[in-house]
Amino acid sequence: MSSMEISSLAKENLRKMFSEGKRFDYRGLLDYRDFEVTYDVSNKAEGSARVKLGKTEIVVGIKLTVGAPYPDSKDKGNLMVSGDLLPIASPRYESGPPGFNAIELPRLVDRAIRGSEMIDLKRLVIKEGEKVWTVIIDIYPINDDGNIVDAATIGVIAALKKTFLPTLDSEGNVDYETKTKNKLPLSEETAPLSFSFYKLGDSILLDPTREEEEACDSRITFGISKWEGQYMINSCQKRGEQTLNSEEIAKIMDIIPKKFEELNKKLKKFL
Amino acid sequence: MNNEINETQDYAEVDSKDVPRKIIIPGEVIVTGEDYLPGEGTRREGNSIVAIRFGLAEEMGRVVRVIPIFGAFIPRRNNVIIGRVIDITYAGWLVDIDSASNAFLSIEESPRFINRDEMDQFLAIGEVIAAKIWGIKGKGIDLTLKAKGLGKLEEGFTFRIIPSRVPRVIGREGSMVSLIKEKTGCNIIVGQNGWIWIHGPSLDAQIKARRAIEFVADKVFVSGLTEKVEKWFEEGQK
Repeated sequence: MSSMEISSLAKENLRKMFSEGKRFDYRGLLDYRDFEVTYDVSNKAEGSARVKLGKTEIVVGIKLTVGAPYPDSKDKGNLMVSGDLLPIASPRYESGPPGFNAIELPRLVDRAIRGSEMIDLKRLVIKEGEKVWTVIIDIYPINDDGNIVDAATIGVIAALKKTFLPTLDSEGNVDYETKTKNKLPLSEETAPLSFSFYKLGDSILLDPTREEEEACDSRITFGISKWEGQYMINSCQKRGEQTLNSEEIAKIMDIIPKKFEELNKKLKKFL
Repeated sequence: MNNEINETQDYAEVDSKDVPRKIIIPGEVIVTGEDYLPGEGTRREGNSIVAIRFGLAEEMGRVVRVIPIFGAFIPRRNNVIIGRVIDITYAGWLVDIDSASNAFLSIEESPRFINRDEMDQFLAIGEVIAAKIWGIKGKGIDLTLKAKGLGKLEEGFTFRIIPSRVPRVIGREGSMVSLIKEKTGCNIIVGQNGWIWIHGPSLDAQIKARRAIEFVADKVFVSGLTEKVEKWFEEGQK
């Protein structure tokens, strides 16, 4: 990996290739790379997963602590998503105060999960108004080869499904050494997935490599979940200067259900 | 500066089939004995030759050296590199050559006369050039375009491989890169900094050439690569 920025030459070449539907790895413009998920990468976390999407690699850890609820949601547990872009992942990242991308990544994942109501936060209450479970999700990319938002969402969903509550004694102290067999109160049906569509020239593509990602002008990310047979948009964020017109959005909306089923099927194999 | 020492370019083919090469980590003793001489990537420690880089150990006569597998580009005089223009100053262009420090291309070193008011018409920010390093003074690296085959790259595209794998892509006396050129019909410039420029008759030919180069750069431990690449082309590039 190198820290050199993409040249106008390489960008122009990619624009030409995308307009003919070609990619360097012979994928179609809307094809995802193969991914795999492994579990229990951390022995201190209550749930953890490592997802590899092509060469992109992300470690997700879930910690559970007992804390006070927020004053405006006394009947709900807390959900916190945090993450950092480590210098190990890419020469683009430096340690230090988080930049725009480092704030955006956990925020997008947070909104997808919160919006889908995958975690039943009401069932995380231990004593109403005083004690609730706090779910802390940590996202650490360890290799960035593009599309970290989609990969991180896959990792978080996988890790949440394999999270077990630690034991709680009568005084409310947590014993992290002994895990119970109780899983987090997750919705059986709903699990969000994130889809980032990138635009370069007039072409729209999914799952870019880092090189392609850097060439693209804009991105729109949707957090999608399925509930009672209906596809729902849980979150949406657009970045970049290039605009997307209504036909393009309509096209994206046609693509999403197909891709959702495809990714969901692949993910189910690892759950 | 002792640039003269570095002037000879090392295009040694990594393909010799005689001795199986051993993977070496820094600090590991490669050979012991007064008969051997420490080459590139090694150092003498008492009676033995010790590696200072991670790579494949190779004995060439009395000289022992390590062919690194990973590593950043270390600029040397007479290296042809591919860089990206990142700034224009009153005296020339600042070029990112993917090394620890940026390089400078003076306006005097351009192949034709350029008016100082119209420097960005010759080279604008974000454009790529193939240039040669003609001098290194301390941190300053000076480039020139005054040689055959150098200049602004106007078509095709650039991509990067790990710089220490560049000798493999070039091959013995350029055999590997000529093979790829011949099979794909593309024009290729391999920069010593690991950046490679490809321009071909069609997008498909360009993609094929890039895949071939990445195939070569990935096969670190394989010997007899030229035959393998020929086979790869015949078998439909999988």
